[in-house]
Amino acid sequence: MDFGFNQEQELLRNTARKFLENECTSEFVRARMAEPAGVTDAFWTKLAEQGWLGLIYPEECGGTGLGFVDLTVLMEEMGRAVMPGPFFSTVLLGGLAIFEAGSAGQKKEWLTKIAEGQAKATLAFTEPNARWDAGAVTAAARESGGKFTLNGTKLFVLDAHVADVIVVAARTREGKRPEEGLSLFLVPRGARGLDVKLLPTMDQTRKLCEVTLHDVAVGADALLGTKDGAWAPLARVLDRATVALCAEMCGGAQRVLDMTTDYAKIRVAFGKPIGSYQGVKHRAADMLVEVENAKSLTYYAAWAVDENVPEAPLAASMAKAYVSDAYRRTAGAGIQLHGGIGFTWEHDLHLYFKRAKSSEFTFGDASYHRERVAQLINL
Amino acid sequence: MDFTLTSDQQQFRERVRSWLKSKIPAEWKALGSTEVPRAEAYDFLRRWQKQLHDGGFIGVTWPKEYGGQGLTFVEEMILHEEMALQKAPPMLNVLGVGMAGPTIIAYGTEEQKKRYPAKILSCEEIWCQGYSEPNAGSDLASLQTRAVRDGDSYVINGQKVWTSLAHMADWMMLLARTDPDAPRHKGITYFLLDMHTPGVTVKPLKQITGDAEFNEVFFDNVRVHERQVLGGVNNGWAVGLTTLMYERLALGFGLQVRLRIALESMIDMARRVEKHGRVVTRDPVMRQKIAQLWIDTEALKYTGARAITRLLKGELPGPEASTGKMGWVETHQKLQELAMEIEGPYSQLTKGSERAIDGGVWQYGFLRSRANSIEGGTTEIQKNIIGERVLGLPKG
Repeated sequence: MDFGFNQEQELLRNTARKFLENECTSEFVRARMAEPAGVTDAFWTKLAEQGWLGLIYPEECGGTGLGFVDLTVLMEEMGRAVMPGPFFSTVLLGGLAIFEAGSAGQKKEWLTKIAEGQAKATLAFTEPNARWDAGAVTAAARESGGKFTLNGTKLFVLDAHVADVIVVAARTREGKRPEEGLSLFLVPRGARGLDVKLLPTMDQTRKLCEVTLHDVAVGADALLGTKDGAWAPLARVLDRATVALCAEMCGGAQRVLDMTTDYAKIRVAFGKPIGSYQGVKHRAADMLVEVENAKSLTYYAAWAVDENVPEAPLAASMAKAYVSDAYRRTAGAGIQLHGGIGFTWEHDLHLYFKRAKSSEFTFGDASYHRERVAQLINL
Repeated sequence: MDFTLTSDQQQFRERVRSWLKSKIPAEWKALGSTEVPRAEAYDFLRRWQKQLHDGGFIGVTWPKEYGGQGLTFVEEMILHEEMALQKAPPMLNVLGVGMAGPTIIAYGTEEQKKRYPAKILSCEEIWCQGYSEPNAGSDLASLQTRAVRDGDSYVINGQKVWTSLAHMADWMMLLARTDPDAPRHKGITYFLLDMHTPGVTVKPLKQITGDAEFNEVFFDNVRVHERQVLGGVNNGWAVGLTTLMYERLALGFGLQVRLRIALESMIDMARRVEKHGRVVTRDPVMRQKIAQLWIDTEALKYTGARAITRLLKGELPGPEASTGKMGWVETHQKLQELAMEIEGPYSQLTKGSERAIDGGVWQYGFLRSRANSIEGGTTEIQKNIIGERVLGLPKG
């Protein structure tokens, strides 16, 4: 039994931390927040050069063929730097959907482009009903003469405004259960009838879009994988993306704890550093307990999805339920212990506080995942 | 990262599993909770620990020459997992196995190491811990019990309090002041005290549960031979801290397991009890609470597994190791509160009422759990330790 990271993974962590400390500074993040794209071409090229855009894809698709435990290390560091841009949507949503559902040809074409930094992708799954289960999908794809016509509204779609291809989940058949009759389609940027609207968001490091499909016509080659059979691969994508998000959240929470303890050591009140007062010290200890438990559940979930063990969905839901609460509370406590300075735009804490909030409601919040845990343990 | 077991470890698991299946009495499994007043089951628990010992399932990580099995923390973890899955009864000599034994093995003379650990494992000799005093609890270094040199012996005078198992213990891990002029951490000595020595008086203290599981212990000119000193005169603070470290490490497995057993039992109860006109497990709010407890319990398990991994690799314990006791306390108290909430008005009925759910065992567990955040270092002290030693915050 070994519940730790190996030397290569520790090396990846060091490399990622150094890279992001240089390239993804607070100034860089803030500049990207103020712009629609959320990324620069130069930064994207550097991510490709690091090999991170293809980290989890197989070598025959231009990737490095590493696993989710390796990815966990990278995601923690990206969360630590509150990295903006379409990395998550491209690698873990659009790209991963193509990897899980696509044909050999579709994988080769798109994953190679993604790994090289030549294409960005995303997944359009959620709708105004704000659900994360199979019942979320009401968008329809009508088949006629070997072609499909797509209609519907997708909401909370990450980075659709910069994506070269949007993987759209739609119903090709009304089944007895919501899991039946789902299909995935590759919809290219600029398709006729496709409208993408960037939405103003509280967390400006995460760009969310509304995607409207009005009689968007695509050919049979746009069908990703098998018709009516998209739920199984989609469920795997959602579990895996959830675990990756949890890792990113852990990295952010750890950063907040680090900033807060550093500050508590130097900020003096009533003649002593505030960290010497139990009111501050005990709250910092509470933060540490939550952050460590959050990591434990996340690392276990990363191992579970990597190994594809039967309890992987349970592990993913346990992690997301816990981490959603832990990051929100840690970020809130960070602001509180900093006092007034923590409430300013100038200080970076609010970037983490807002990222915690946007992450909390991505892929289902704590109460959604607690209910899923209840079901999976046969309660 | 790898959670798979070696074939030897897998065989160990199979051996534990089949052994437990054949040995745990059916009436024990039917009790429903591990939080059973020990006073009612002393004789049974003593026999049970002897059985465990004969099977080779106690002192798993202790060296073979002192009665242990010489295995690793992985086998220890497997053992505790299997005991949880099969709702095995707890150990009676928990302070001896978790604290006294490892400390003696770490600091004892060869004679001491040959004399004590084996009888701890077999439950022939029960141990208690003489640390806290009326004026020395969280601030343990202010303890006042005196040990005065007299020939080749020491004469002990003073008082200990909150001493669990003292009324049935054969031995005590005793901290006493041997040099009142030294700085307070430097003048303390760790003694192995025979509880049957003249001058030792044990007075039971009734707890909020109504039981008397802990005690006051008075020392009136109690003579202890110098060979009963453990780890050197005036070195008791370091030895005592080692005991506490083992307490947190070794008992950690057991605590985690008891939590899981209690959780399974609580879920089992929730399936049988109605609330707001439907079975508890169908109530969406109660489902949320039970699922959260499940998650918290799993989190403790994996945080513990990370700490074990560091130990196995020969690294120093990381931040994850220090959070175990506190995390367990919070989760266990939450669990006991939830058991009461599940029972609703029935939570008022105790043992003796035919209407009491599960014979009233949950009421005992609920009350007993209030001590968890006080015993073995209060939660407030744990938070100071985490804040200062892990996060590096300044002392107050």
